[in-house]
Amino acid sequence: MRNFISKSAEAIPPSGIRKFFDLALTMDDVISLGVGEPDFTTPWNVCEAGIYSIEQGTTSYTSNRGLQELRNSLSEYLKSHYGLHYDADREMIITSGVSEALDIAIRAVIDPGDEALVTEPIYVSYAPCVSLAGGVPVPVPCHEKDHFRLTPDALMEKVSKKSKVLILNFPNNPTGAVMKRDDLKAIADIVIDHDLLVISDEVYAELTYEGSHVAPATIDGLWERTITLNGFSKAYAMTGWRIGYLCAPEPVCDAALKIHQYVMLCAPVMGQIAANSAIRNGEAEKNKMVTEYRVRRNLFVHDLNRIGLPCHVPEGAFYAFPSVKPTGLSDFEFAEQLLKEERVAVVPGSVFGEAARDHLRCAYAVSRKDLKEAVIRIERFMSNLRK
Amino acid sequence: MDEKDLLLLQLLEENSRVSVNELAVMTEIPAMDIESRIAALEDARVIRKYSAVIDWERAGNGEVWAIIELKVNPERDFGYDRIAERISKFKQVRSLRLITGTYDFQLLVTGKNMQEVARFVSEHIAPMDRIRETATHIIMKNYKENGNILCGHEGTERIPYSF
Repeated sequence: MRNFISKSAEAIPPSGIRKFFDLALTMDDVISLGVGEPDFTTPWNVCEAGIYSIEQGTTSYTSNRGLQELRNSLSEYLKSHYGLHYDADREMIITSGVSEALDIAIRAVIDPGDEALVTEPIYVSYAPCVSLAGGVPVPVPCHEKDHFRLTPDALMEKVSKKSKVLILNFPNNPTGAVMKRDDLKAIADIVIDHDLLVISDEVYAELTYEGSHVAPATIDGLWERTITLNGFSKAYAMTGWRIGYLCAPEPVCDAALKIHQYVMLCAPVMGQIAANSAIRNGEAEKNKMVTEYRVRRNLFVHDLNRIGLPCHVPEGAFYAFPSVKPTGLSDFEFAEQLLKEERVAVVPGSVFGEAARDHLRCAYAVSRKDLKEAVIRIERFMSNLRK
Repeated sequence: MDEKDLLLLQLLEENSRVSVNELAVMTEIPAMDIESRIAALEDARVIRKYSAVIDWERAGNGEVWAIIELKVNPERDFGYDRIAERISKFKQVRSLRLITGTYDFQLLVTGKNMQEVARFVSEHIAPMDRIRETATHIIMKNYKENGNILCGHEGTERIPYSF
């Protein structure tokens, strides 16, 4: 029998933390800071809307673009919250999570051989999605000294004639870094000079703690060359509902829609109805969650620095990104030993690219009680290291 | 009163035994200012007192269960369904059935004590439109509930690692 596996599938590296995952599942009493999702459950009014839609028998396909009511709500919301202007009928697609939005965005614009500049450290799926589209991911390192923001110098070093796309994810997973308006303006100049398209994954936008989120598409000259991606998973604790959206100028949106209609047809209707309820009635609960994340961040980052794991204050998302350099262990060694000895799960930074080496991603989307216990365990682990 | 004060109040309401230093870290306010802000909030009688929330059930005060029966005027086009939907949304209502016999609805209701159950019935259920009559039966002992006794715990299962 032939090997039926495609070269492109074979080329995707296996998950870097599979063995941790398997190990953690065999252990009791693990405190997991390894998650990429809120610990809250979806606000009840949102669940109720989804449930009610099922009860009403609303269980069919929607239009490819997604429910009109949801797109209308989103169009208003993006305008009032971020100053983003997208037409609900022509410049927006509701997707099955931001994951799908990212995939169809990349496939809509990347041809074989095109280079996609991807900031690093970065969420694990960007580079594989670029590769699957035949493109070439080119990492652009973001450094701790810059609080993991993308700098013009770093971008200039990697941009080339083959560059077509710049993928941004701020607030960033895994670093929690945020780009301010001036930071983005400096990047915009390079983007425009080199005629690049920006794909901006803003799924953590609502979790911005200092000031408010700046959407790249609101920078002069960027709207017409930006695909804005966002979703409901993080802000409204709706990871399992799988609802995201893609916004872009009409020609790009149409191209993405062609792919979306064949690979997904539409996002789940009950999720779309729930998402509409989230956007219309979920503000108060969302704000409560954001306040709680911020309180946890303050406590946790303070504690990490206190026990000897230097950590900048992340301005967004729900991840702390401490360095393990002072311990003399690699990030993988630290994460593995910590799990085995103290049953605390964290993600080694290297999983998020070379630029994330020697760091850990610790999600503080965990109750304050568990965070405190995790700190006690990490501190004990570190004092045992010194013995 | 500013946003920081509101945050301080939320945190204190949740746990009034948290230390000043910890409050300072959580709220990004210097510890000295925390003390003066709290003092000001106390003087203004915004903070009335510091108390504990006691789970009296656990302390030995058992939860009270009651069966409530209702006579209901059904609604044109909807019958009993819409009023049943309304009633079923109260968290105090554990089950709700449409039954034959003298009464139309049978509810299973819980409360911390008899007074709470009585208040719930008199303030929330009895005054609803279309309710004609109520009868409240306090349950003396619960042997079996839906095939099992109150067990399990709340909380969601998350996978240990996700990106």
